[in-house]
Amino acid sequence: MKTKVTMDPERWKAEVLTKYPSKVAKKRAKSIVVNEGDEVKQIQANIRTIPGIITQRGCTYAGCKGVVLGPTRDIINLVHGPIGCSFYAWLTRRNQTLPPTPDSPNFMMYAFSTDMQDSNIVFGGEIKLKQAIREAFEIFKPKNIGIFSTCPVGLIGDDVHAVAREMKAELGINIFGFSCEGYKGVSQSAGHHIANNGVFKHVVGLNDTPVEGKFKVNLLGEYNIGGDAFEIERIFEKIGITLISTFSGNSTIDSFEQSHHADLNMIMCHRSINYLAEMMETKFGIPWIKVNFIGADATAKSLRKIAQYFGDAGLAAKVEEVIAEEMALVAKELEPIKARTQDKTAMLFVGGSRAHHYQELFNELGMKTLSAGYEFGHRDDYEGRRVIPTIQIDADSRNIEEIHVEADPTRYRPRKTEAEIKALVAQGLQFSEYEGMMTEMGKGALVIDDISHYEMEKLVEIYQPDVFCAGIKEKYCVQKMGIPLKQLHSYDYGGPYAGFEGAVNFYKDIDMIVSTSIWKMVKAPWQKESVIEAEYAL
Amino acid sequence: MLLRHTTDKIIEREALTVNPAKTCQPVGAMYAALGIHGCLPHSHGSQGCCSYHRSVLTRHYKEPVMAATSSFTEGSSVFGGQANLLQAINTIFSVYNPDVIAVHSTCLSETIGDDLTQIIAKAKEEGNVPNGKYVFHANTPSYVGSHVTGYANMVTAMVKTFSMKSSTKKNQVNIISGWIEPSDMREIKRIANQMMAKIVLFPDTSDVLDAPMTGKHEFYPKGGVTIPELISTGDSKFTIGLGPLCTLDACIKLENQCKVKFDSLELPIGIQATDTFITALSRAAGVQVPDSLTDERGRLIDIIADMQKYLYGKRVALFGDPDTLVPLTEFLVALDMKPVYIVTGTPDKTFEDRMASILSTKVPEAKYKAGERADTFLLHQWIKQQGVDLLIGNTYGKYIARDENIPFVRLGFPILDRVGHSYFPMVGYAGAMNLVTKILDVIMDKIDREVPEEKVELVM
Repeated sequence: MKTKVTMDPERWKAEVLTKYPSKVAKKRAKSIVVNEGDEVKQIQANIRTIPGIITQRGCTYAGCKGVVLGPTRDIINLVHGPIGCSFYAWLTRRNQTLPPTPDSPNFMMYAFSTDMQDSNIVFGGEIKLKQAIREAFEIFKPKNIGIFSTCPVGLIGDDVHAVAREMKAELGINIFGFSCEGYKGVSQSAGHHIANNGVFKHVVGLNDTPVEGKFKVNLLGEYNIGGDAFEIERIFEKIGITLISTFSGNSTIDSFEQSHHADLNMIMCHRSINYLAEMMETKFGIPWIKVNFIGADATAKSLRKIAQYFGDAGLAAKVEEVIAEEMALVAKELEPIKARTQDKTAMLFVGGSRAHHYQELFNELGMKTLSAGYEFGHRDDYEGRRVIPTIQIDADSRNIEEIHVEADPTRYRPRKTEAEIKALVAQGLQFSEYEGMMTEMGKGALVIDDISHYEMEKLVEIYQPDVFCAGIKEKYCVQKMGIPLKQLHSYDYGGPYAGFEGAVNFYKDIDMIVSTSIWKMVKAPWQKESVIEAEYAL
Repeated sequence: MLLRHTTDKIIEREALTVNPAKTCQPVGAMYAALGIHGCLPHSHGSQGCCSYHRSVLTRHYKEPVMAATSSFTEGSSVFGGQANLLQAINTIFSVYNPDVIAVHSTCLSETIGDDLTQIIAKAKEEGNVPNGKYVFHANTPSYVGSHVTGYANMVTAMVKTFSMKSSTKKNQVNIISGWIEPSDMREIKRIANQMMAKIVLFPDTSDVLDAPMTGKHEFYPKGGVTIPELISTGDSKFTIGLGPLCTLDACIKLENQCKVKFDSLELPIGIQATDTFITALSRAAGVQVPDSLTDERGRLIDIIADMQKYLYGKRVALFGDPDTLVPLTEFLVALDMKPVYIVTGTPDKTFEDRMASILSTKVPEAKYKAGERADTFLLHQWIKQQGVDLLIGNTYGKYIARDENIPFVRLGFPILDRVGHSYFPMVGYAGAMNLVTKILDVIMDKIDREVPEEKVELVM
């Protein structure tokens, strides 16, 4: 039987820090915060990882190509670099997609690379890149090609943007490049920003053909892992909400091109996509609100926000009808499960929003989140957007382009008058706001940014949570310690977890995890009975 | 269709790789380094490299894969990564206390020209490498060769760093392992044990990447070749390298450094390659081949003879690494199957000759290609032109297998969607039995699933 130790979190922090060299300890101390509850404390985030500490983080390329552009099916994502970067981002993020017909373009099963060789490093890779684009066009006839720069590209000075312009003129299709070399920034986060910029500059607003629909929205920061987008689409369809585009789960470049026709942008993963929402608001006048479709209650709440925004009685009624219908099914499934999950504990260390969003689902299961943190979040994701003006911009953030955006002279159209916005705010609808993770976490919870492997093992060892949530690199370490780990990047190949049906899937999976028999058989019978060994010893 | 844009019309490519049959050097270096006991691999480059490599190895083994990174930022890319690596070494020894850190480079650190020899020397000078601990490195530029090259470079670096000749010879044979699974390394040790041959196997990932569930995470599991064992390889009486691309350089290095003679063999996959290995080990160690192994061989031959009907003349497409593909092709030919299409993204000057010697008379129609643009897109196009009865390759083959309804055996790296490869060997006679059983299972399952109802056979 597990013995649950309750160690004061401040003591845990102090003990963990003693292991580090003094400079490292000093730096890590600012990234480990014991939550106060009412008053949100400052946490250090989005700064360089300490070399050698064993981090969860990946690189800028992963954030750009893998996360943001990866789930879009009608574009050839050509990786300019040695083969590895393309290989590792090949289908590994589980972005599902559903082309409307068997003939619709879908390049997501393919990995495209210039496979740079040493001669390309020495003499430059632009000629090879151009040739690769020509070949991709000739063989696959895509309407769009994106070029993704890997580490050596920036160093040897290949100009992917010039190549993109030249090839766009030559081939007559949309071609654009991303300077998302792995070393830029301090984590995947820089890559999200670069991807947002590229999509905004080169794609959004290209198609002015109006889109039919009474309640037109975009969903931003939803990547259709395990079919999450399908479930959200199902709910929207049922309610009568027109989803023009999702950035970027189950998406197409075609849909991005028309996304400026939406009347509301909704942000799921604030970290990876808030830049695009901000830019679209400035240029086209589309307001954005923060939503969360992870958790049945959170989904209901988000749907009500949409109804509130549009202020249409029919829509509001339909939303309530759907919520009532879906929640009845959810409640029926949840009840027997909750009996088994109530009062169990969880820890979440993942991503830039999931460690927050998934606490909703654990709350619904009656489980307590003891500790959480992001892999690549910023202070605003922890403390709320109100701290943005106080965040110091360091060298690593400064080298990521901030696009200067102005209102479009012909297409800017405020969706609501100032008075209408004011009225909605008075009713409690928040625009351009995200409260962050810490406000919703309990007093005494440990909030840890960019957790190291060592800190993770110490958390598990001391607090013995019933479920630990992280990614594939952490999974088997934690499980070797006898604690089940739920992957929240890949969902352990399950899902969807979004929306109402997704919530039920999650309840069932957590039920399975905390009820799995095999964990009780880790010790062999003769290992449990050390007494016998002693008795028979000579 | 999953690969809906793949057609049988082959357009010559000079620059574009689609669906590669290889990945880059550092992951091979990381895998090889895990075969040293108490070793923490370290990736000198951007964080993404380490994250991707750990991820793919973890998905392949469903085991913890520990490794650290220098976490390059733009500043390190401009000014060099020395400060990052020095800090990493200090942090690693303080927090994770390995016996040895095996550093490998990346395309980033190679392009900026970081001198790892000098940086590691500086770390030692500054007292950041505790007494009795080691830091060594392999250069693994991602834009040269493939993951196989990275494995080879790390293995060669092990010899270069550790193998030492003392005054006394040891009655032991070195076996340098090519890129095979922990199960295969375990099997090689079992075979040597049966023969009563004393060996030092390196690298050895058994008991590292197939560690048991105990309720404790052993950061450094009990397996792996130890540093004293590695040092002793310079005193061994002979070396057998298994898989020339992965081990020939190391064999040569060991001979030059410590005057240990060697044989460079194919990986012991299939009947002939295993025969050759066992003969060589018997000779090198001066031991007899026990009856138990001859019996194993006999059982393998027996299975094949019994099931010939389902194997004979079947067309096979395969992709993977040269050192695996060569003996595997030889085995398939021994089964009277027809390996008609073979690709590997790994450049290998000897591949053509090795394949030609196996295939030119038995399967003259075979097409094979190694190196740049020898990718699974090309393999699939060949299959579209004329179909096959069996596909063998890593997990990415399943998209082709599903689209074309081809029985599929997973073999190679990475296998992301099944277990077993790290527990059941493919080398040796037992491994060959395992392999032929897998092949038969998928071929016969398809027959059972698809023959008209009146043709379903109870006994097959």
